[in-house]
Amino acid sequence: MMNRSLTLKVLSAVILFGAWEIAGHIPVSFAFPTFLESMGALMRMMGDGTMLDAYAETLRPLAVGIAISAFLGIALGIWVGLSRFFDWLFSPIFIVMQAAPLAALIPLLVLAYGIGLTSKVLVVCIMAMPVIVLNTAGAVRNTPDSIKEMGRSYLATDLDVILKIIIPAASPVIFAGLRLGISAGFIGAILAELKITPTGVGDIITYSRSIADYPSMYAAIFSIILLAVLFLNLLERIEAVLFKGNQRGYASD
Amino acid sequence: MTLLGYRLPGMSSLIIWGLLWETVGQSGLTFFIPPLSEVVATLFSVIGTDAFQKALAETAYAFFVGVLSAICIGIPTGILMGKNRLLDELLLPWVNVFLSAPLTALVPVLMVLFGFGMRAIIITTTLFAIWIIILNARAGVKQINRSLVDMARSFGASPIDAFFKVYLWAALPEILGGIRIGIIRAVKGVIIGQLLISIVGFGALFELYAANFLMGHFWAVLIVLFALAFTISEILAYLERRVSYYAAKR
Amino acid sequence: MPQTSAETGTGATEDTAFEIAVSTRNISKNFGDVEALNDLSLEFPLGQLTSLLGPSGCGKTTLLKIIAGLLEPTSGEVEVNGQKVTGPGPDRAFVFQDFALLPWASVIRNVAFGLELRGVARSEREAVAESYIKQVGLAGFENAYPHELSGGMRQRVGLARALAVDAEVLLMDEPFSAVDEQTRRKFQEDLLGLVQNQNKTFIFVTHSIEEAVYVSDQVAILLPRPSRVSEIIRPSSFRGKGVDNIRRDPEYLDIVDEIWTSLRRYVE
Repeated sequence: MMNRSLTLKVLSAVILFGAWEIAGHIPVSFAFPTFLESMGALMRMMGDGTMLDAYAETLRPLAVGIAISAFLGIALGIWVGLSRFFDWLFSPIFIVMQAAPLAALIPLLVLAYGIGLTSKVLVVCIMAMPVIVLNTAGAVRNTPDSIKEMGRSYLATDLDVILKIIIPAASPVIFAGLRLGISAGFIGAILAELKITPTGVGDIITYSRSIADYPSMYAAIFSIILLAVLFLNLLERIEAVLFKGNQRGYASD
Repeated sequence: MTLLGYRLPGMSSLIIWGLLWETVGQSGLTFFIPPLSEVVATLFSVIGTDAFQKALAETAYAFFVGVLSAICIGIPTGILMGKNRLLDELLLPWVNVFLSAPLTALVPVLMVLFGFGMRAIIITTTLFAIWIIILNARAGVKQINRSLVDMARSFGASPIDAFFKVYLWAALPEILGGIRIGIIRAVKGVIIGQLLISIVGFGALFELYAANFLMGHFWAVLIVLFALAFTISEILAYLERRVSYYAAKR
Repeated sequence: MPQTSAETGTGATEDTAFEIAVSTRNISKNFGDVEALNDLSLEFPLGQLTSLLGPSGCGKTTLLKIIAGLLEPTSGEVEVNGQKVTGPGPDRAFVFQDFALLPWASVIRNVAFGLELRGVARSEREAVAESYIKQVGLAGFENAYPHELSGGMRQRVGLARALAVDAEVLLMDEPFSAVDEQTRRKFQEDLLGLVQNQNKTFIFVTHSIEEAVYVSDQVAILLPRPSRVSEIIRPSSFRGKGVDNIRRDPEYLDIVDEIWTSLRRYVE
């Protein structure tokens, strides 16, 4: 048994895709193509450039929205984490936002900002921001007192404490918040394309559904889920390498 | 936060934000933000309408059925995964995939497979909630202290006794944590489902208000929704604290 | 015989005059309604090790943090070398109970951290850090990270960091309580060497009677509720007999016994 975990992963993929293939052959529904048909459509769309164009379109609001959310969210989060007053002022907003179904704001955003890029970017932002802010603030607040005290006793200025102690100590949790924010951003980006105006991948999904080209529709959905999962996995790997041992070593065993 | 020696309650800053909202609304800066007082007045008139109550009832129905099925399927699946290594290794990759996947993309599939109606919304809700419930139930079973298992066995507990009297309770804090996060996700799922399948529930209501530019109505419904979602999440957090008091001491 | 001065007031160290490095005068500290320290005065002789010993809750760590400038006393003042303490200063270095190492920084950066904060150039501070890493016996671990080290090695890093800033006063807050028994004994022996060679003033908080008597030139016993210095003990005869003989010296055993007798009624 060379690599049990890998073998089982492949096996479980084979089982799932096999079940999909069989269900498509029965068929369970007129709208349920087989796995191979869908992959065929995926290959075709990748070959003729449809996919590339679609992703160029889809990833734009996602990238812009994530960049804005990351920048604003981390800055605000650090501020909220450092100051009792801003914690009191801002935290409730983000706590409510975190629990609330913010997607309900979309019709309003469309009314206010139209159906263009702005609305879509805002959708990504409202989905991604709360978790980034709350994670950052929590991480900053939870920096172990003893290392902050250590900094002060070795004559660190307040700025030293923030830059050399609090931010490095908080960065694993901030990064994890960023990853969760990106995951929520993907949900927002696709929601925007399906709800506001069909563009990019959302357009492929909506259009192929309307002409009953189900293999293409499934292929598009498959591709966006695959992309999101691969990207988030990559982030997780980067995290593991970047912050190796960062969380340990506080404990005094 | 303390002011003049008095501790301000946690959520009290929302009053400030409410005042800000009122000011912006009164100033007539933008048509999209009517004054809060107007929204609240609308809120009370909206709550009584049939359209609102129908939307609320439909949403609540979809939500409860969706969450219930997520719990009923999720917890046993999670426990089995925690107990059986082969099953765990076969399923875990997919649970992780769907946990972080943009599930909104699946809604169109559900629409063509299950029709433009309640069923698709219920399944969307379940899909949003179930993965974290599975994962937490699994984690709960996995973390059970080895010596607790040995204790149950050394005192001669039958497997069923051991399961109901020891494992379930030992894993309960994690399971409840999973249910809480699952329910918060389900609230988002049920709304996203209704927005995309916009002929039932609040989805339909939003379309109606947006088409007629009824900003006050729109905000009123949003406030109700957000307040409900927040209340649910706080109640669950409270319940979790009540039950999980021993979680840290295991 | 041990010289004992049982009093609560000025903490004067008898007629044997020592040069005083650190003195605390009438220190009180309240946390809200809780009185942690009440009118406490103590003097710490230059170049010696003074232990603050007492049951938990007697305010010994609070006193140490006030000396460090990390906490402000509610009233009273601390003087280090005749200078009034208003905050942390370059004349004092702190060794933490939980080590307080930066988990993302290598051993050498941790040791050099105090110098880094003082703006010492990188090559210079790393050279200093390297020599102290060698001195505490961690040569070869310069580029290791704290999570790769054992508890004892982590505290050696903490100690090297404190030595590297070359402060006159070393403040040690139960530094060996989080390391295992054998490592602790080795540490205690090494500490005696440090006190002898470094000509620094050590203030050492501990809750272990044996440890206090073993390492100290002077033991201040603090009692809780209300917090006060109950007595100051100066072991006199066994210090010069070598590290191996202290633990079976009759005076050592007597002092340990005597302290336990006076403390036992404060335990639970």
